[in-house]
Parts: sequence; structure tokens; C-alpha cells
Amino acid sequence: MRRTLRIVLPPLLVVGLLGVVWEVYARVGNLGDELLPPLSRVLSAGWDDRASLWASTQPTLREVLLGFAVSMVFAFAISILLDASGLARRSVMPVLIGSQTIPLVVLAPLVVIWFGFGLTPKILLVALVTFFPIVVGLLDGYASSERDAVTLLRTMGASWPTVFRLVRLPSALPGFFTGLRIAITYAVVAAIFAEYAGAETGLGVYIQGADNSFRTDLVLAAVLVTAVLTLALYAATFIVQRLTIPWYTDARKVNQ
Amino acid sequence: MSTSAIDVRGLRKAFGDLQVLDDLSLHVERGEFVSILGPSGCGKSTILSVLNGTEPADSGELLLDGEPLNRMQSPFAWMPQHDVLFPWRTVEQNVALGGEVAGGLSKREALAQARALLPTFGLDEFGATRPYQLSGGMRQRAAFARTVAQGRDILLLDEPFGALDALTRTELQLWLEQIWGRERWTVVLITHDVREAVLLSDRVYVLGPRATGITLELEIPLPRPRSLELLGNADAAALERELLQALHAGRTA
Ligand SMILES: Nc1ncnc2c1ncn2[C@@H]1O[C@H](COP(=O)(O)OP(=O)(O)OP(=O)(O)O)[C@@H](O)[C@H]1O
Ligand SMILES: [Mg+2]
Repeated sequence: MRRTLRIVLPPLLVVGLLGVVWEVYARVGNLGDELLPPLSRVLSAGWDDRASLWASTQPTLREVLLGFAVSMVFAFAISILLDASGLARRSVMPVLIGSQTIPLVVLAPLVVIWFGFGLTPKILLVALVTFFPIVVGLLDGYASSERDAVTLLRTMGASWPTVFRLVRLPSALPGFFTGLRIAITYAVVAAIFAEYAGAETGLGVYIQGADNSFRTDLVLAAVLVTAVLTLALYAATFIVQRLTIPWYTDARKVNQ
Repeated sequence: MSTSAIDVRGLRKAFGDLQVLDDLSLHVERGEFVSILGPSGCGKSTILSVLNGTEPADSGELLLDGEPLNRMQSPFAWMPQHDVLFPWRTVEQNVALGGEVAGGLSKREALAQARALLPTFGLDEFGATRPYQLSGGMRQRAAFARTVAQGRDILLLDEPFGALDALTRTELQLWLEQIWGRERWTVVLITHDVREAVLLSDRVYVLGPRATGITLELEIPLPRPRSLELLGNADAAALERELLQALHAGRTA
């Protein structure tokens, strides 16, 4: 309980402080609801429109989770290939890095042109954006395997797949979760971008609609929802990590 | 022709320009406990790497029971200088790795075998704990059990007690002397601890600094089981002194 407080309280205070600054600045400056409504108005407008907001959040969340699932399957597959072959690593990595330099604003409309207004382009965009950090996290993790551990298994007569399964893969899981956390901060934004470029539902569509009818309060309410969603996903990675590799956190505690 | 368990003849090994082993020959009999004593960096671990197949030899012969060594059926169970226990496995799962990978046992059989081994290694109550919860001495014993669980004929132990505090080290040396008396494994032990060599070995090779080769081969004819009191007697002290002198002669040469 005290630990939870210690983790949750400081950021809550910072958020609260920012909220107060926002509120005061908007009111004192009297910027007008179209330019910058005070936080209290954003919150109450968002609350009044909660049914519609929630209905828009669901498809976005679905896109994010499906995109992640696709991303992870490919990230694992590619990372295994890259770990197995130095040639593959040297030839594929530059292409992957290059793919990361394409801006989302360019990519999003293209993916919609290619794949239409359905779920596919959203999943694809989320997967494209989250794929790279996960692969890098995994590759880094494989490389962190203890050399003597690999050698030991080789002297026991283990084949490469066995060495991979018994040493390299478990060694890579902490790195995988690090990559996952970086990826997750991009994921929701990527889904919204894809929706912006063309969709029927989702937070991106919601924001677009509110923007077109000059409801800045609702735009900002949707932005807050996006932030909360990202935070929740981020926190979820720690819970999943705790469940899948409890030895990692425990070992680190003991060694401190 | 000799039919030693291991017969190494004219072994050469260099890493790039660094000649580490130069015309090294040694032999180990079946059921014999042989130590290789030498200063840091003289190539002790390299000898084991060549034996266990991790590093190819540049030249030389490696005979096993008089026959050229067949890599497909390695007779060696290697215990690396660092314990390399896997933190994601419990102690018994770590030990089971030996049977699972080297022994070709099923997961269940390997785990059963590991559990049966634990008492010998003083770990009967720690099967379900994680390595990071163990003391240094217990970790070393777990790594040792994993080595034995491989079910191979010859144990290659690389400074198994090197990283321990003096008290724990002595305790484990005495423990090993005791179980070796029962099990009679064929052992090659790497060490730079003279007293450890005298306490445990039937025979000791002293290795000079890098690439100088073996500077002394010494039988340790002390009766077993051996104890700390025995180490205090004049015979043991003389053996220790001889080894120590050989070690230091090599250093100043
Ligand atoms: N894979 C390698 N590549 C290059 N040089 C190596 C390699 N392995 C060992 N060496 C070098 O060979 C020499 C002997 O190393 P080795 O590990 O066999 O020494 P050692 O006698 O076991 O030393 P210590 O007592 O410190 O463990 C050292 O100078 C080391 O730097
Ligand atoms: Mg060494």
C-alpha cells in the first residue's frame, strides 16, 4: 500500500499542478473556449459526452491490441532469424532502421490508400510503428546472454535451437519488455493517426469531428483519454512482466 | 601403449599471436583426481576449453582410453569458472539441465534424477529455491551437481572454489574430498590454491607462466580420507612447499 502510494503520488501531484496551471491560465487569460478552454470545462464536457467517447475508445483500443499482437508475432519471428544469422542481421537491420525514418503523416494516408478504411490499415500502422523497438529490445536481450552459459550448453551437446530456447530466449525477455514499453508509447498515437487518415469510428474520428465543429473542449477531452490509455497500457506491461519473468525483478532486488 | 582415461600429447594452442599452450602433454588415469596448478593467465582454462571441444587445438593428440577422441560422444562434463546458474530456473531445474541436455533424459526423468542428487550436494531443502537466493557456497554446489548430472565419465572443474571466501572454500574442499572418496569420479581440477591441490589430488601438474608448459608433476601419496589435521603433518607440508616453490620458480624465470 505504502509502495503504491510512493509510486502514484508524485506523478499525481505533478499532473494536478499542471492542471491548476492550465485552469488558471485559461481563465485569467480568458482565451475563449475555442482556443483553450479551462481544464474544468474539458473534464465536464468529456464527462457529458462519455458514452460517445467510450464508444470511440473501444475501436482504438482494439486496433492497438491487435496491432500489438501482429507486431509481436513478427518481431519474435524476425528476431530469431536475425539472431541465428549474422548475414541476415547485417543485411536486414539497415532496412529496418530505414523504415523507421518514414514519418507517420506520410505513412498513414498511404496505408489507407492501399488497404482501405477497415481494420487492416490501423493494425498495420500500429504494427509497423511498434515492431522496431520490440525487435531491438529482443536482439539486445539475446546478446546479453552469458557467454559461458551458451558454451556450457554447447559442451553438453545442445543444438542451436536448444541453446536458443534454454538460454538466449529467457535472457532476452527483460530486453523484450523494455522494447515493449517504448513501443507502447507510440502505439495509441499511431492508431489515432491511421483513423485520422480515414476511418468510421475511433478516437481519431472523434477528434476530427470535434475539431470540425470547433469543440476544442472535446478534442482535449479525447487527448486526455489517449494519455490515460497509453499510461494504462504502459502499466500493464509491468504487470505482465511480473507474471512472466518474476525471477528478473526478484534477482535484481537481491543483488542490490 | 598407455590406456589412460585422458592422454594429451604435444598440445599447442594460440589465440592470434598469443601462444598459450606450447607442446603440452599430460595424462589422467581412470578414477584419478588430477589437479592443474598454475598462475593466473597461464592457460589453465584453455586446457579445459580444448578438452571440452569449445576451442580447437592448433596441433597435438587427444586420446581417450587410447583412442582418438570422438566429439560426438564427449566424455567430459565441464564446470565453468563462474557458476552460470540460470536465474529463471529453480535449483533443481538447474541441476536437471545436466540430465536433460547432456544425458538425453526427458524433462521428468531429469528432474527426478536432479532431486535424487540434491542430498549429496547438501541442497535437499533448496530444490525449489532460485539461485539468487543461495549463498556463494551453495551456488557452487548446485553448479557442481549440474555437472555430475550430465552423467559423463570425466569431470573438468575450473576453479570451482576460486570465488569463495576462505572459510566457505575450506568447507567445500573438505566436502569434495569426502564425496570424491565415495564416488571416485575421474577429475581434472584447475586451481591456483596449493593447499587445495594437496588436499584433493592424487597427482598435481604445475604449469609455468604462459606457454612454458609443465614445470612439475607431483604425486600426492597422502592417505585418504584426508582432513585438515593431515594437512598439518610434515609430509603434507613438504608437498605444499614443493608445489609452492615450483609455482614461484616459474614466475621469476
Ligand atoms: N577466447 C580467447 N581469445 C583470446 N585470448 C584468449 C581467449 N581465451 C583466453 N585467452 C588468453 O589466453 C591466456 C590464458 O587464458 P586462460 O583463461 O586459459 O588462463 P587461466 O590460466 O585460466 O587464468 P585464470 O587463472 O585467470 O582463470 C590469457 O592471456 C587470455 O587472455
Ligand atoms: Mg581460468
